[in-house]
Amino acid sequence: MVESFRTWGARLTRASILGVLTFFFAFPFLWMLITAFKQTGDLYDLQHNPFLFYEPPTLEHVKRLFYETLYGQWLLNTAFVGVLVVLITIALAVPAGYALGRLSGGWGARLGIGIFLTYLVPPTLLFIPLSRVVVNLHLDDSLWSLVLVYPSFTVPFSAWLMMGFFKAIPRDVEEAAMIDGYSRLGAFFRVVVPISMSGILTVAIFSFTLVMQEFVYAVTFISSVRNMTVGIGVPTFLVHGDVYFWGSLMAGCFIASVPVAILYNFFVDRFISGFTMGAVK
Amino acid sequence: MEASTSVAHPQNSASRAKSRASILDSESWLGWLLIAPAVLYITLLVGLPFLMALYYSVSDTTTGGGSMGFVGLRNFTAVIGTPKFQTALKNTLTFGLISQVLILILSNALALALQRDFPGRRLIRFLILLPWVAPISIGTIAWLWIFDSTYSVLNWILRLTGLVQGQGYMWLGLPHLAMGSIIAVNIWRQLPLATVILLAGYGSIPQDIHDAAAVDGAGFWRHFFQVTLPLILPITLVALLFGLIFTFTDMVIIYNLTRGGPFDTTQVLASLAFYTGIAGGDLAEGAAIALFLFPLLLAVALGFLMIAHRTEVT
Amino acid sequence: MATVELRGIKKNFGTVAAVNGVDLLISDGEFLVLLGPSGCGKSTLLRMIAGFEKPTEGDVLIGGAVVNDLPPRARKIAMVFQSYALYPHMTVFKNIAFPLKAQGVAKAQVPQKVEWAASLFGIGHLLARKPRELSGGERQRVALARALVREPSVFLLDEPLSNLDAQLRASARDELQQFQRRIGTTTIYVTHDQVEAMGLGDRIAVMKAGQVRQIGTPQEIYDEPADTFVAGFVGSPPMNLMRHREYILGFRPEDFHPRNAINGAVKTAPFKFNVSRVEYLGADRLIYGTLVGDYSDQKVIARLPVTVTEKVDAGARYDFTVPERELRFFDKTTELRTSPQPV
Repeated sequence: MVESFRTWGARLTRASILGVLTFFFAFPFLWMLITAFKQTGDLYDLQHNPFLFYEPPTLEHVKRLFYETLYGQWLLNTAFVGVLVVLITIALAVPAGYALGRLSGGWGARLGIGIFLTYLVPPTLLFIPLSRVVVNLHLDDSLWSLVLVYPSFTVPFSAWLMMGFFKAIPRDVEEAAMIDGYSRLGAFFRVVVPISMSGILTVAIFSFTLVMQEFVYAVTFISSVRNMTVGIGVPTFLVHGDVYFWGSLMAGCFIASVPVAILYNFFVDRFISGFTMGAVK
Repeated sequence: MEASTSVAHPQNSASRAKSRASILDSESWLGWLLIAPAVLYITLLVGLPFLMALYYSVSDTTTGGGSMGFVGLRNFTAVIGTPKFQTALKNTLTFGLISQVLILILSNALALALQRDFPGRRLIRFLILLPWVAPISIGTIAWLWIFDSTYSVLNWILRLTGLVQGQGYMWLGLPHLAMGSIIAVNIWRQLPLATVILLAGYGSIPQDIHDAAAVDGAGFWRHFFQVTLPLILPITLVALLFGLIFTFTDMVIIYNLTRGGPFDTTQVLASLAFYTGIAGGDLAEGAAIALFLFPLLLAVALGFLMIAHRTEVT
Repeated sequence: MATVELRGIKKNFGTVAAVNGVDLLISDGEFLVLLGPSGCGKSTLLRMIAGFEKPTEGDVLIGGAVVNDLPPRARKIAMVFQSYALYPHMTVFKNIAFPLKAQGVAKAQVPQKVEWAASLFGIGHLLARKPRELSGGERQRVALARALVREPSVFLLDEPLSNLDAQLRASARDELQQFQRRIGTTTIYVTHDQVEAMGLGDRIAVMKAGQVRQIGTPQEIYDEPADTFVAGFVGSPPMNLMRHREYILGFRPEDFHPRNAINGAVKTAPFKFNVSRVEYLGADRLIYGTLVGDYSDQKVIARLPVTVTEKVDAGARYDFTVPERELRFFDKTTELRTSPQPV
């Protein structure tokens, strides 16, 4: 980049920006981790340095999390919804992305914009009518309501990402397959999909994280604790009135966030390339 | 797109020999076929409910499911005049605009700082992504603990460095502090994605252009404002648009951190709609509140997209 | 106006030595071409002169002063990139004006300087257009005008003609050389195209694997190559090189003629030539085949101008010769040029 970055002043600025902001981002997770393993007496003693362990770390909060709450059940619920929604998303978004990226004429670009506009109608508006729909379908308080509704926000962006990935594959490959004897659809399944596997995986991971994140629909449709996902179970149930079991709470937060982040990290590069590819119309 | 002509292929045994063009070859039909399921699904689960919300807002529906009579714009007029609505509107604008301006500046600074490779870059990138990937409610709860009125680790650090005397601040209990807190958490949440998008934008500028500017004698600020910034403008606008939409329609942070308090000072339109519609049971009024922002967002979105299109240079 | 000197330049990228010991002195006003295949280090060398890379060892001097630690903007150089690197969001006028503004030239003077530079390349009528509205040749001229407007001491050009259509390249080459003669600025030009190099350079530095193999005028490079690499790289088709006894023998295709076509007074070396293929190219014929006898079937090419009317057919054997003074001899192991040997 620019030569001036090599000067000391610039290096210092760069380091401090990075340092401060990275600390800002990561600190809550560090704090989650420490709180999760601190013994209660140590944790709530205002005289103690919160970063030091005055008593040895304990697993009691984690145990309480898994044995005395339905956290484990919530994890399973989230996984259940996640996997199903990912499958539905792939089934809908991959062909749609292909249509947008390859087979579009003028209406392709317009539909692309239309996809953006879908996000203008957010869950915080739709949850009101959808709550009625869910009740009428007798899906209230069921995880199936989430499975039904979640693709509405995973599919548009996933289709857009897939469009970007497909655009990056040269047409020659498909045309070679068509000369070899496949129809266009055959070429799509036999050639294009295998090549874009990593793109599809990226979309899968991204959709899964969207599912884990979701709060509004879950808190609206699900009422019994048994059926909660981790995203709403932790905030709503583990907070009993005004008594917060912070140790277990933080353990629950850590488990629900960091492992997925590690997985997501492997796919971030592809996500970025798909995003930029889609932006270059 | 016309249907492609047939292909003869006597040798290839693995192929399915089709001597006539079928619908699976036709580009236009195939396109519609592939995109139809997604379009159908979105129409049913976004389009229809949107129309329903429109209808609710001009009806008198409640969660009890009683009457659904048409009442015109009564819901809108009734609610717009109330102080709680006006406070919520003001809060929404404050929350949204301040967040976005700060995110814009910080994401640029961060993206610039991440340009060059350096040891530990991958780790830093992972840490930076954490707030975005963590479920939003989970992250917010962590901040709730950090801001806790009694046990706040933040207050402890401030006490330690002597920046504050006594107990420390009630981050979520005082009006301006509470607004500041939710803005901080919102920035914490959105900055990673904005940075990542900007990084992609910076990466799309060919190195030659930077070299040419270096030879031409541009100093740091001229280089940034006259060369780099105009070239990343389209993608910056897209990131800004996403950020604005997200912030204006977000209720999770407020719900989990302040419940709209203290005294409605952090209530925004999205959370007000939730409390009115679901918790309060008045679906019609909730829909009216939620819908209020929609025309504004649509206008902003179209405006941004037009500007982004015009600033494309290639 | 300035001289450019490179002393003992080395550049390592990790464990790879991109440039491995280069010493070069380029005189004021000279047009020097860095010629070589991809990966030979010529672009890296150019970038070190420009200031985008720091030499691992050695010094870069411009106008007699060591500039190793100076950033590009302080070196009074201008560069034309292979991609032209025009600022896509600015008009042609603003593109050319940009370096002037960056240097703090008075606002009132900018338009006239821009117009002067633009008129030199005949693009005065394009000043209001944006780069994406220009053809390849027009963009190249804008890049040149932008470089010129700074009135630099040294011009650096990195394969500026390679993105042009073949037809355009010849006329662009002509214009470029005339322009350089007129302006008289020291110019360093990087290319892998030996025709361009021969046509443009006052001197050519032929590079391979990070080192300069030979530096000389086009005629010196062509007629007296320093090693087999230079001999084989310059000239199209390349010099015929073959192992013979304890040395390597070389001669150019245009010196390889049927015996009957050569004036009897000239001393020649005889060869028996088995012809496999004849290409008729209009002004020349290219004859492909192998040598018989001592030369153990090594492949050679002959180039016969249209003035040589001897009939040559594929599949037949002919007596061909090369004038003795056109024979070149190279050491078998070092591949360097050696003195004449008995054939």
